Amino acid sequence: MTTWEPVIGIEVHVELKTVSKMFCGCAVGFGEEPNTSVCPVCLGLPGALPVTNGRAIEWITAVGRALDCSISPRSVFHRKNYFYADLPKNYQISQFDIPVCRDGHLEVDVDGETISVGIERAHMEEDTGKSRHVGDGGRIHGARATQLDFNRSGVPLVEIVSRPDIHSAAAARAYAQELRSVVAELGVSDARMEEGSIRFDANVSVRPAGSGTLGTKVEIKNMNSFRSLERAVDYEIDRQVRLLEDGGEVILETRHWDEEAGVTHSMRTKEGSSDYRYFTEPDLLPLVLDEAWVQEISARLPELPAARRRRYTEMGLEPGAVAVLSAAEPEIRRLFDSAVAAGSAPAATANWVTGEITAALRRQDRSVAETGLDGETVAELVDMVAAGDVSASAAKEVLSGVLDGEGMPHQVAEARDLLQMSDAAALESIVDGVLSENADAVERYRGGETKVLGFLVGAVMRSSAGKADPKLTNQLLRQRLES
Amino acid sequence: MPIEIDIGHVARLARLGLSEDDLEMYRRQLGTILEHASRVQSVATDDVEPTSHPLGLTNAFRADEVRPSLDRGEVLSQAPDHADGYFVVPPALEIE
Amino acid sequence: MSLADILIVEAAGRLADGEIDSVSLTEAVIERAVFTEAELHCYLTIDREGALRQAAASDQRRANGEARGLLDGIPLALKDNMCTRGLETTAASQILAGYVPPYDAHIVERLRAGGAVIVGKTNLDEFAMGSSTENSAYGPTRNPWDPDRVPGGSSGGSAAAVAVGSALGAFGSDTGGSIRQPASLCGVVGVKPTYGRVSRYGLIAFASSLDQIGPLARSVEDAAILLEAVWGHDGRDATSYSGAYPNLHSTLSRGVEGMRIGVVKEFTGEGFERAVESTVAANLDHLADAGADIVEVSVPTADVALSAYYLIAPAEASANLARFDGVRYGNRVPGETTEEMMAATRAAGFGPEPIRRILLGTYALSAGYYDAFYGKAQQVRARLIHEFAAAYESVDVLISPTSPTVAFELGARVDDPLAMYLSDICTLPCNLSGDPAMSVPVGLDESGLPIGLQVMAPPLGEEKMFAVGAEVERRAGFSAMPQVGAMA
Ligand SMILES: [Mg+2]
Ligand SMILES: [Zn+2]
Repeated sequence: MTTWEPVIGIEVHVELKTVSKMFCGCAVGFGEEPNTSVCPVCLGLPGALPVTNGRAIEWITAVGRALDCSISPRSVFHRKNYFYADLPKNYQISQFDIPVCRDGHLEVDVDGETISVGIERAHMEEDTGKSRHVGDGGRIHGARATQLDFNRSGVPLVEIVSRPDIHSAAAARAYAQELRSVVAELGVSDARMEEGSIRFDANVSVRPAGSGTLGTKVEIKNMNSFRSLERAVDYEIDRQVRLLEDGGEVILETRHWDEEAGVTHSMRTKEGSSDYRYFTEPDLLPLVLDEAWVQEISARLPELPAARRRRYTEMGLEPGAVAVLSAAEPEIRRLFDSAVAAGSAPAATANWVTGEITAALRRQDRSVAETGLDGETVAELVDMVAAGDVSASAAKEVLSGVLDGEGMPHQVAEARDLLQMSDAAALESIVDGVLSENADAVERYRGGETKVLGFLVGAVMRSSAGKADPKLTNQLLRQRLES
Repeated sequence: MPIEIDIGHVARLARLGLSEDDLEMYRRQLGTILEHASRVQSVATDDVEPTSHPLGLTNAFRADEVRPSLDRGEVLSQAPDHADGYFVVPPALEIE
Repeated sequence: MSLADILIVEAAGRLADGEIDSVSLTEAVIERAVFTEAELHCYLTIDREGALRQAAASDQRRANGEARGLLDGIPLALKDNMCTRGLETTAASQILAGYVPPYDAHIVERLRAGGAVIVGKTNLDEFAMGSSTENSAYGPTRNPWDPDRVPGGSSGGSAAAVAVGSALGAFGSDTGGSIRQPASLCGVVGVKPTYGRVSRYGLIAFASSLDQIGPLARSVEDAAILLEAVWGHDGRDATSYSGAYPNLHSTLSRGVEGMRIGVVKEFTGEGFERAVESTVAANLDHLADAGADIVEVSVPTADVALSAYYLIAPAEASANLARFDGVRYGNRVPGETTEEMMAATRAAGFGPEPIRRILLGTYALSAGYYDAFYGKAQQVRARLIHEFAAAYESVDVLISPTSPTVAFELGARVDDPLAMYLSDICTLPCNLSGDPAMSVPVGLDESGLPIGLQVMAPPLGEEKMFAVGAEVERRAGFSAMPQVGAMA
């Protein structure tokens, strides 16, 4: 019986959060009143002309470089022609044979192992308006009318097309999440799936394992969370396998993911969608991006998630800790970096910042900045624990004191009297006191009844009100008893 | 060269709901015009690189700045149908 | 002689001297329109109240010593494919009947800022697609020199209005000759500047890479005044030229002494009327007398330019006209679904010529035909650009007839699209190359119909073009004006 290999490619549309639209000066914003952020250009009024938003070009270049793409020194915009009510000009200004970005890749961790997903291209285009199908349940079928809002029309979109290098639903999800964290890191998009500012479509096909040819692919749309992306791809793989094993065949089509029902169903596609009649957009000039400028953009790129994970691993953090820290809020990661820079031990610091500190901040609903917590402070706290100056439990108290602005960890520990008595001198006098008060116990010990040591340690602890360092206490007692 | 034209397909692509008679008339006219137009195929052009702009200009950008949008009332006043601030059209048969 | 018959330069002088005011000048022009419209139908909209209001405001400014320059108070006409806020703009199409734009085209802003009085919107071939103004959904415009003949097109309304005095000057758009050819057929001056010289923002697009706005006037000097008032860089048109803009006025008296003038040999022979060729020849002799060196030049690809043009222009038009779908503006024919509504709206709203060109362009771009048609046409265009550039290495300007024929009779070419398209054989190459070109009236044929001479120049070569145009005008001494029936 054949085993099937899924082959998955993913198309991503990322809305850029420029202040103005791609080709006009209308504000880019989420959810104002319908048709209030519109002008002759984004409404496709007769006579209107597009002019390219320079920042969008800067940002797609950054996205391309972050994905290791080569940037075309010269690229052009094309008109993609199709009729649809939410597309005001009935053509979309997009790119065709010469996109801004080509041939990149993205490294993705899929449960433990790292895979490299090829990026075929990333190109610049404009978003459409929004259709609301009103009538029975707002569903397409049985809708009585369609309402159109063009506020979103003309918002800059970067379309990122992967190569079919993905072979499981889990990998599809991991790729999507990694890509999202990259654009989020670049700060060029809100990248919120639920708001549609980042949208994933998947091209899914299956083939007998080892086969060199690709099966017929199906495009699935309408997934609005990473989970639904994974579920949809899983479902579709399953559907195709069952279809093929029952001797049926997969047809080239677009299918809609139905979140509630947990199934994909075929949707009627645009008539003649196979023929977009692309041609060079005559209203726009060719885009010429010079090498030096691209270098500049590359140089300004922030540290990307994959690089950061590598750095954490090289610091000696366990995979688990790397994952937790990578997923942490940027301010927590920054706190970690500055603590380590201040000489704090990475493993313990990672524990503290992602554990106690994050928890405490959540409880108090405060940001790192609001508490004034800095690397020096964290380093001091972590060191105190490592040096045994405070017990683990006392350290938590120290932290809350620090967060309450009582000063640096040492001050807090002293003020709250939490320091362990670990200097020999102070402890010796207590030990000697205990020994003289318990002469009989001393005798029994020397007589070979060594188990009384525990009793003596307890006594020292008691008279030191629990601040004696247990290890040191043991040492001192033995010295005295065995001399 | 004899030019075959699936005029029905072309009209569908162009969203033109034309009668059979009109389609036939346009098919004939397009045939004549395209026959004349196909003279372009006789010109040797291997030696020229395509020119996208007469003056060969490149890169015209605008700053990422917000400009005033139009008044919705004025915009919708031109719409064949609108309600609650939306443009309104009959239901879509095809899903985008 | 009525104030409607004076040149802009004269009117501007007399307004400045306080000898006349804009209201009386505007009234004279509107009165002329009242006499001529019934017969000629130059206008789709005459904004009488608006024009008189603007004229009064102009007179007020002048009284306050705040006049804004040469065009302040001058009554002008605009082709109805230029958007005017609050004033109906239809592009002579049924699909835009009643459409009132919410914004002004760049050229309209410029004219208003200059104080010009906008008398109204002139007739054109629907969406500027045609060479006779017969393709208007609102009926044809007739030629003032012979109402049984066409004024040319697509800016026929503007050309006829200027010729007959229902505007002192006008603006048109030129995609394949739509300013120059009607100017020639109506005996006025028409200029298509270098592509990018006048912002297209607010011009209802026909073929974006070819469209260019320009003036129609009764003298080369008036044309220069009008062009200088509206050209210049505009950030809202990405193809707008951001370099230097010359002073045209200073070149008008330069003459042609020492210039090399090329005669395009492809623009002669078959299809060219004898009167047209002999008149152009006579004017070349004038230029030689004036000290120019006349040489024959060949632009071989000009022969197939028409073929390339009728692939490129319709292809762009098929996309530019896609937005007229009954959704956001214009007229709608109801339908059960969005798709039906759009298809019905477009089939009913567009006239035969736009439909023909939309189909043609859609075909030329469609899968399987792109390379053989649109793709190849773009390469031919590139070749033509190179050939013109090569020609201009040896000559300063090129000269040809503007139109192979004088004005033809209404209906003569409507059933034969190809014959109609041939009207633009001499003019459309400059749209493909983006080069500037102008038509100057140089005489009448035996039946009293105007003949125009075309002066073409290299990209951004308007100075030389106007210098030559002015010399042609002086030497030709063309001053005839059409006499229309009950004209005052
Ligand atoms: Mg896309
Ligand atoms: Zn806008």
